[in-house]
Amino acid sequence: MGIISRGFRGRGRGDDSGRLPPGQYVTPDFPVLSAGPTPHTPLEEWTFAIEGGSEPVRWTWEEFRALPTETVTKDIHCVTKWSKFDTEWEGVSVDTLLESVEHDRAYALAFCDGGYTTNVPVEDLTDGKAWVAFAYGGEPLEPEHGGPARLLVPHLYFWKSAKWVRGLSLRDEDEPGFWETNGYHIYGDPWREQRYWGD
Amino acid sequence: MRTLVLDVPGWNVHRPGQHVDVRLTAEDGYQAERSYSIASAPGEPPAITVERLDDGEVSPYLVEEAVPGDRFELRGPIGGYFVWEADRADDPLLLVAGGSGVVPFRSMLRHRADVGSTVPTQLVYSSRTFDDLIYREELDELAARDDGLELIETLTRAQPPGWTGRSGRVDAELLREIAFPAERNPRVYVCGPTNFAEAVADGLVELGHKAGRIRIERFGGT
Repeated sequence: MGIISRGFRGRGRGDDSGRLPPGQYVTPDFPVLSAGPTPHTPLEEWTFAIEGGSEPVRWTWEEFRALPTETVTKDIHCVTKWSKFDTEWEGVSVDTLLESVEHDRAYALAFCDGGYTTNVPVEDLTDGKAWVAFAYGGEPLEPEHGGPARLLVPHLYFWKSAKWVRGLSLRDEDEPGFWETNGYHIYGDPWREQRYWGD
Repeated sequence: MRTLVLDVPGWNVHRPGQHVDVRLTAEDGYQAERSYSIASAPGEPPAITVERLDDGEVSPYLVEEAVPGDRFELRGPIGGYFVWEADRADDPLLLVAGGSGVVPFRSMLRHRADVGSTVPTQLVYSSRTFDDLIYREELDELAARDDGLELIETLTRAQPPGWTGRSGRVDAELLREIAFPAERNPRVYVCGPTNFAEAVADGLVELGHKAGRIRIERFGGT
């Protein structure tokens, strides 16, 4: 336990679900966090690419939307301390995308419109752990929340769920992405409270 | 609204624009954490300016309950992106604040004055009413130094009699009229609630500012 703050009572108790990671609080809202302006890429120009395999693979929006989809309900945890329970997403599983790619790489760097990148180990993207999501709550994903499509890796802090994602670059080395080079943790497990460098 | 100056043993000098995490612990061990921008210049003790949120958990405590001598945990300084330092930048500086989004800019502008920078700088500061303007006298004094800082305040909800600043929201039209044009390639920092930041950033892109020159810090819903 830390220093007791005299007179602080707090009001966040009552989450005894075991679903709230340390240092987080539950919000019914869906706050927006991004480092730059919201890009608006027309769907006819949008592609999703996977690089670093035996040969590059690329889907147009139409091809991407023809892939089998999954609807998942997940809790999400932002490094700025809010968590939101039971968010419903529809997307294409990264497993489905990687079926088209021959590779033995251990790491991926997601890249996005606007230049954002984030690094995730491949094993955290596979076996039903990650999606490229295009709908939220049954509606097309809004641009400020990452539309037309964002990565969804709900078991890591939400900055790993890159907005406006345009592809994955598969690598042998774990190369830090945007926030990971700006003071944030290389892996970002909310249950181990891996927020910043040194956590 | 309240500014708290913190006495932190072993504090490392921060960079203008960085933030801290505050952690409060109740007697039964319950904890709550929030992030706050640092309001003071590098070399000064860290200060935070906290806006009381009606549905907040940490902000009412910091604004109304805490008194000098009280203790809580602090983590920081944190962040390396939403940062501006005078010695590394000769380009014009455009700061656009909505409400308490002005807090990190106070750190940047104090730093700018401390090091004697004359980098052409604009602070476009949007507030609901005159009484909601934070650091008003200090900002006026900084702008009166005649060292290249221009202060542009706009009030969105109500303007007092004799108000000589702007009225209405910060949109592409206002930015076109008063802000550095894209041709001068300013570094742009936008800080405010999500809707404000979205609107300002869209307006700047519309006016030709490169997305890569615009750094945004948003808050909202929390």
